[in-house]
Amino acid sequence: MADAAPPIRARGLARTFAGVPVVAGVDLTVAAGEALVLLGPNGAGKTTLLRMLALLVRPTAGELALFGTDGREAPPALRRRLGYVAHESLCYPDLSATENLAFYARLFGVDGAAARVAALLAWAGLEGTGRRPVRTFSRGMAQRLALARALLHEPDLLLLDEPWSALDPAAADALTERLVALRDAGRTIVLTTHDVARAAPLATRAAVLARGRIGWTGDGPIRDVAAVRAAYAAATGARV
Amino acid sequence: MHAALAILRKDLDIEWRTREGVSTVFVLAVMLLVVFAVAHDLPPDEAPALAPPVLWATFVLTGLLGVQRGFLLERENDCLAGLLTAPVDPASIYAGKLAANVVVLGAMQAVVVPLVGLFLHVDMVPALPGLVVVLLLGNVGFSALATLFAAVAVRTRAREVMLPLLLLPLVVPLLIGAVVATRTILADGLGAARDGLTVLAAFDVVFVVAGWLLFTYVVRD
Repeated sequence: MADAAPPIRARGLARTFAGVPVVAGVDLTVAAGEALVLLGPNGAGKTTLLRMLALLVRPTAGELALFGTDGREAPPALRRRLGYVAHESLCYPDLSATENLAFYARLFGVDGAAARVAALLAWAGLEGTGRRPVRTFSRGMAQRLALARALLHEPDLLLLDEPWSALDPAAADALTERLVALRDAGRTIVLTTHDVARAAPLATRAAVLARGRIGWTGDGPIRDVAAVRAAYAAATGARV
Repeated sequence: MHAALAILRKDLDIEWRTREGVSTVFVLAVMLLVVFAVAHDLPPDEAPALAPPVLWATFVLTGLLGVQRGFLLERENDCLAGLLTAPVDPASIYAGKLAANVVVLGAMQAVVVPLVGLFLHVDMVPALPGLVVVLLLGNVGFSALATLFAAVAVRTRAREVMLPLLLLPLVVPLLIGAVVATRTILADGLGAARDGLTVLAAFDVVFVVAGWLLFTYVVRD
């Protein structure tokens, strides 16, 4: 049965661009309810790996099964179980937050879309700005809207690409609180970052991606940030 | 189908709000028509012969701009990725973008045709039913190819150059067919252009089916 299968099971997952290997054979299994933090420096392949998991980029080699379904086929029913937060908000700058969420609710076939949109705007702290064009949003507001967009259809697996980047400390803390709440509600989360301290309250497990491969995997939550930083440095040759 | 309609409505909402595509295309169309009319400076009895090629050259040049603008909407904030994460067939995305392009270019045609009549001394009114048919067929065929290639071009670094390079060689047969059919309709009426319109309709079917089938491979990395 598909639901008995883990949300993510990747074996030898690889992707090259113009002959350059960006992800070079990743083995990864993520169980339901986990919050896996993928650490790695710029250029480690984090974004490409996440876009493969989001079914936006086809692997050039390896196997990817999401909830037991072959990811290479990217069937619509499988995409409905995924929520993806990218570097960008994936929202149209000339539409308001409400219009963006209503549009995506139609694409995802969300029942009771108007109520769901209103509830998510409130959850994201955007209820007072729902009619403003997204172009006028701060980075923090856009990031909260991106998260609301990804949660519209209540996905089973949430994929987030460097969600804290370019956020001020207060906005980053607020985002962490929301992600921890989602994790505690049982949502499976995979998140990329290079900020170990920021990831620590969220992660149920951490791994380090270096030169397109998993260079280190922890065996539980990040209890000792310094130890994870040391593992990160050893795996990547970079300080964090 | 609901996804295609949602995308069509979203594109038209954005266009209505910003009017960037329509206003740019409209200004370019008027400039081109003025240049064509002034450059040739034909006497009123000879000028109508120029109407079909001027009409379609203006349509293609301005249409390139309009279609490109339609896909730049999806590039900003990586919105195309947002569409591709949705549980819809990528062919529905193609259908929605194609329909939006047909509507925007149709609006442009509604402005350009009377201006061609004005500048080149052609009474368009008697030929209007036939003109509507040939304009629609030309619009659908052009938009079908342009929508597909705009999706390719928008992901490349030289996107402004890439779309005309990819599109124009393939659209030439459609363009020739449209010019010939328009000339026939203006001279002899709709009935006389049946063969030309059939060829245009065949192009439309081929281009729409090709776009429908190939779009999936174009938009996913």
